[in-house]
Amino acid sequence: MIASDMPHLHEEKVKNLELIANKLRQHVIRMVAAAGSGHQGGALGMADVFAVLYFHELKHRPKDPEWEDRDRLILSNGHICPVRYAAMAEAGYFPVKELMTLRRLGSRLQGHPERERLPGSETTSGPLGSGLGQATGMAYVGKMDKKSWRVFCLTSDAEHEAGVHWEATMFAGKNRLDNLTCVIDRNNIQIDGDTENVMPLEPLRAKYEAFNWHVIECNGNDVQDVTRALEEAKKVHDRPTVVIAHTIPGRGVSYMENNYLWHSQPFKPGEAEKALKELKDIEAKLTADHQQDV
Amino acid sequence: MIRKDAHLIPKPFDPKIEQKPTRDGYGVGVVEAAKADSRVVVLCADLTESTRNLDFKKFFPDRFVQMGVQEQLLAALGAGMALAGKIPFITSYAMFCPGRAWEQVRTNICLNNVNVKVIGSHAGVSVGPDGATHQAIEDIAIMRVIPNMTVIAPCDAIEARKATVAAARLEGPCYLRFAREKTPVFTTDATPFEIGKATVLRDGKDVALIACGPLVYKALRAADELAKRDRIQCMVVNSHTVKPLDEATILAAADRCRAVVTVEEHQITGGLGGAIAEFLTKTRPTPIEFIGVQNRFGESGPPNELIEHFGMGVSHIKAAVKTAMARKRAGRLSLSTIMSKLRGVKTS
Repeated sequence: MIASDMPHLHEEKVKNLELIANKLRQHVIRMVAAAGSGHQGGALGMADVFAVLYFHELKHRPKDPEWEDRDRLILSNGHICPVRYAAMAEAGYFPVKELMTLRRLGSRLQGHPERERLPGSETTSGPLGSGLGQATGMAYVGKMDKKSWRVFCLTSDAEHEAGVHWEATMFAGKNRLDNLTCVIDRNNIQIDGDTENVMPLEPLRAKYEAFNWHVIECNGNDVQDVTRALEEAKKVHDRPTVVIAHTIPGRGVSYMENNYLWHSQPFKPGEAEKALKELKDIEAKLTADHQQDV
Repeated sequence: MIRKDAHLIPKPFDPKIEQKPTRDGYGVGVVEAAKADSRVVVLCADLTESTRNLDFKKFFPDRFVQMGVQEQLLAALGAGMALAGKIPFITSYAMFCPGRAWEQVRTNICLNNVNVKVIGSHAGVSVGPDGATHQAIEDIAIMRVIPNMTVIAPCDAIEARKATVAAARLEGPCYLRFAREKTPVFTTDATPFEIGKATVLRDGKDVALIACGPLVYKALRAADELAKRDRIQCMVVNSHTVKPLDEATILAAADRCRAVVTVEEHQITGGLGGAIAEFLTKTRPTPIEFIGVQNRFGESGPPNELIEHFGMGVSHIKAAVKTAMARKRAGRLSLSTIMSKLRGVKTS
C-alpha cells in the first residue's frame, strides 16, 4: 500500500491493477454474452476505476461485507453492475463462477443490484439520479456519528439530467460533506446518443463548483490518474469532491469503443468471442511487460 | 353499544368534545420515540411547523435535518441514512412525500427494505382552502401497493401519537397518514393500539362499518344515530392499519354482519375499501358500500363542508348502511328464491 501523501503508484502495482481491470473486462463480456442482455459500454469503460477502488482504495473486508467501519461504495448507475459484480467476485465477496448467473431467475446478481440479495452491494440501485442522494444520506450519518469511513458514489454522466441528483448535490454542498466522493463516468454517451445532443451537461465542472463542490478531472482509464484523483479527494476538507473521470465507453474492445450503441445492445454471434480475443491479447501484452519488469 | 374494552372517552358525542389534528399526535409521538431510541432522526422539507416538527427540532437539534423543498431527495437521503443505521422519519405533506417521491419510496426504501418512516401530513380533502393541488387522496393507494410497506391512518391525535411511537419500533418501511384539520379526540391512552390489529369500537349485527383515519369518528356517530332512530345496530371497526389488513377481525365482522360499509377520506379506488373488497371477495363475498372520494379531485373550501360535498358525512354513511342492509336482504331473498326453485316449490 502506498502512503496517502504519495499519489503515484509503484510500477508493479500499476501493472497489477491494469491486469485486474483487464480481467474484469473479460468477465463483463462473458457475463453479458451468457445473459443475452446487459450493459457493456459503461461497464468496460469503468473497469479501471473499479480495479483501483476494490484493489487499492477501498477500506473493506470481502468476507465481512457488513463490517461497520468499511468505506461505502454506492453504484448509482446500477446498470453497469456487471463490472461491480466482477470486481466483487475477484475481491473475494463470492465465487467467480457465480458471475455467469447474471440476470438469471433466482440469481443474486440481478440486472440492477439489489442490496438484500447481494451482501456488499450497499444499496438497491439503478433508477438514475437517486444514488447520490442515498450516498449523501450515508455520508451525513458518517459526519453525525464522527465515523472515519468514506462514501464513494459512482454515477453516470447522463444521470445528471435527473433533478433528484442535483437535490443531493445541493444538500451535500450545504452540509460540507468532505467524506463524500462522487465519481462521474464521463463517457459522453447515453442510450439515445451523445449526451451533448440528447441533453447538454456542460459545463459540468462549473456546475459542481457552483454547488460548493471540489472538482477534480482525471483520465478514468488510467489507473494512476484515477488513484491520484481519489487521493486528492481525501485531502479536501469542508466540501465534497467530484471526480470527473473521462472514460472511453467500451474501452478495450475496438469495435465498441466510443460507439453509443454498445451502451447495451446484445451481442450478435461471434462478437463476444472477438471482444474476448482482443482483451486476451491486451492481457498477454500486459503479462509479458510485467514479467519483463520483474 | 360502544365496547368497554375500546376505552373511548365517556361522552364521545358531547358537542364540546376536544378537537385536535392528528398531526399534533405525530409531533408528540416523534419526540417520545426519539427519547426512547437515539437512532430516530427527522428529515424535514421546509415545513417544520406545519408538519409538527418544532418540538423535535428544539429537543434534538442535532438529529433534525433540514432538506429544503427536496422531496425526492427526502426519500433517497432517508434511505441512505437508514442504511447507515438511523431510523429516519421523512416528513412532508402527503401530496409531496410520498406523492412526488413515489419512485424513491418504492425503490430506495421498500425494495431496499430499509427502516424509513414516511410521514404524510395534510392528507385528505380536509386540508381545505389550499385546494386540490395539496389534497392527497391517492396516498393510501400508492403506498399499499408496494411490497414491504406498512400503511397506517390513525383516527385521532392520541392514536396518531401511539402509531408514531409504534412505527419507530417496527423494523422496516412504514407510511403514516396524518391530517391538517382538527378532529374529535375520542380515544384515550387506554384504547388498544397495535400495528396490524384492528380495534372493534362498537358491537352490532346488522352492518359492519370499517373505517380508518378521522372519519372513524363519523362512522361511530352514524352508528349511534342509526341505533337511536332506525334500530339498526352497526359494528364499528377502526382499521387504522390498512396494510397489513387485520384479516381475522375483518372476516369476523363480515361473518357477523354479512354487510359492510367502508369509510375513508381517500379515493374509493385503491384505498381501505379496495383492500377490504379484495380480501372479502376471495374469502367471504359480502355486499360492500364504499364511502370515499369518487374518482374526483378535491377543491378549496372549509374542511367540514368539503367532507359533506364529497359524500363522506354522517348522513352519507347512514345512507350507505341502509343500502348495504337492503342489498343483504335482497341477496338473502334471491338465495331463498333459488333454493326454492331447486326444490321445485313455487315462491310468492
